[in-house]
Amino acid sequence: MSTILLIEQTLNGLQFGVMLFLMAAGLTLIFGVMGLINLAHGSLYMVGAFAAAGVAAVTGSFLLALAASLIAAALAGVIVEMLVIRRLYDRDHLDQVLATFALILIFSEGTRWVFGSFPLFLDTPDWLSGTVMLPFGIEYSRYRLAIILVGLAVAAGLFWMIARTRIGIRIRAGENDREMIGALGVNISRLYTLVFALGAALAGFAGALIGAIQTVQVGMGEPVLILAFVVIVIGGIGSIKGAFIGAILVGLTDTLGRSLLPVLFGLVMEPSAATTVGASLASMAIYILMAGVLLFRPQGLFGARTT
Amino acid sequence: MRRETLLNAALMLLLLAVPLWAHVTDEPFTITLATRAVIFAIAGVGLNVALGLGGLVSLGHALFFGVGGYAMGILAFHAQTYAPLIDWPVTIDGTKSMPIIWLVAIVTSAIAALGIGALSLRTTGVYFIMITLAFAQMFYFFTISWPAYGGEDGLSIYVRNGFPGLNTMDPIQFFALCYGLLLLVLFIVWRIARSPFGLMLGAARQSQARAQALGQVPYRLYLTAFVVSGAITGLAGALFADLNRFVSPTMFSWQTSGEIMVFVILGGVGRVFGPVAGAALFIVLEHSLGGLSEFWHIYLGAILLGVVLFARGGLYGLLAGRERAHD
Repeated sequence: MSTILLIEQTLNGLQFGVMLFLMAAGLTLIFGVMGLINLAHGSLYMVGAFAAAGVAAVTGSFLLALAASLIAAALAGVIVEMLVIRRLYDRDHLDQVLATFALILIFSEGTRWVFGSFPLFLDTPDWLSGTVMLPFGIEYSRYRLAIILVGLAVAAGLFWMIARTRIGIRIRAGENDREMIGALGVNISRLYTLVFALGAALAGFAGALIGAIQTVQVGMGEPVLILAFVVIVIGGIGSIKGAFIGAILVGLTDTLGRSLLPVLFGLVMEPSAATTVGASLASMAIYILMAGVLLFRPQGLFGARTT
Repeated sequence: MRRETLLNAALMLLLLAVPLWAHVTDEPFTITLATRAVIFAIAGVGLNVALGLGGLVSLGHALFFGVGGYAMGILAFHAQTYAPLIDWPVTIDGTKSMPIIWLVAIVTSAIAALGIGALSLRTTGVYFIMITLAFAQMFYFFTISWPAYGGEDGLSIYVRNGFPGLNTMDPIQFFALCYGLLLLVLFIVWRIARSPFGLMLGAARQSQARAQALGQVPYRLYLTAFVVSGAITGLAGALFADLNRFVSPTMFSWQTSGEIMVFVILGGVGRVFGPVAGAALFIVLEHSLGGLSEFWHIYLGAILLGVVLFARGGLYGLLAGRERAHD
């Protein structure tokens, strides 16, 4: 395998990781502040992708489609939070799992009802299609590069918001002591709705960005959701930094595993067997990574609390 | 307690009467539906050992369901192609004998539960939920990418496996077999729940610190419960595969994990017979709502949401609770 291909795959892994971060950041914020495990986060990812595909089909504008994904997912998040999620904060995790599982069923079938079972396509705009030349003669997809840059910018914005703004202070305070910030006069239920909407918007945005690379279809969110869980387990719950490092680790492990493992096994096996074994092992690589982290740091790389 | 016993008896009689009536009126499809309900009930009873007795919210029980299914699929596949399972150091052939398949399904899923439980139980709460879900997904992707046993397409078994003295292709005889196993599993779980181990497990669920103060090691209790739970669900997986004569990676999917959990919740968490009521209700809903609309999962979602938000305790909580109020 040539160096150029390796760098390309590394960039692909980075792009995958950055997208996983957008999902995992929302999940980990929602868990950190409200103590809620939200299985329906993948549905919000799907809502974003469908909203973007719908708006792009009508207006033809990619930027409008992205804006629509943010608005639709945030709006869906607010509605779901006010109708259902709000009643779950004081319940145990089992109730949260079941209620959000029920929400997945409702979201998925509802989307199938409205849009039909056929996948939709979201085209990358002209100004983002094609390839760019990077230093050292590496040719790389312009759109994927844009995703990496946008993702990193969103991550930086999120870090800044949490560390420097008033709303960020409230979020951190909410993670530390829910009762106390309520007692200090912060409207806690509005804060919860806001955090949930923020997480939903990030998920929807990720859905729209990925929707242009893959197809937009019902059930697209749950595999990503489970990967985001792996990210959180590796990074540690409630930690944005952990989510970022975990997401990049998972993205790189998965992408590089898929391209490198068959080649590595090819050194010691016959080619067809190497492809099979390599591909099977690559599909398990991130879970093995997760198991390894669990063995040495059950609380995750950056997790402080043990529950 | 007596009300619950009555309810249990009524439930089990109903579950027996419906397929018998269907057998008399010659409606094999209804018998198949009842068999599905019984097999799902076994899976639910298995999950309930971890969830209800131990308080372990496992969202990865599809893993054991799938391992049991593939144990059956692989053994029967080798038997129907006459290719030995392994050649060296000893030759082991596939088999079409149900008792052997059940044993293999139970042992392999218990081993899987031991390994995954040992890792997952290092954490608690929401981590445990996410990790069990992730490990099931790992098996899902592994079976998809491993082409030897059908990959994404799964494995078809042409003839249902045999049981000495029975014609398993006859729907009512296969139902009777599954029903017998359900009774056996219910009896075992009922005994476990009342054994010193079961009582300690309940104590550890309610207060880990107190169980520890009594000299118990909660980790060991939880792990034992998880292994028993996985083994029972594995048996259900083998039966389910035999019912359909087909195994595929879908058995490992997160939806399967969610559905097994739904059986437990619809019926009532922590009640030995709860998952039986839940699985039966699920089949009734699937059949009646599925007839109404192809988007029946919306209604299932709404019902589930209603149960979680407003009717905790499920069907058993509703019925047993209401009856107790009359006393």
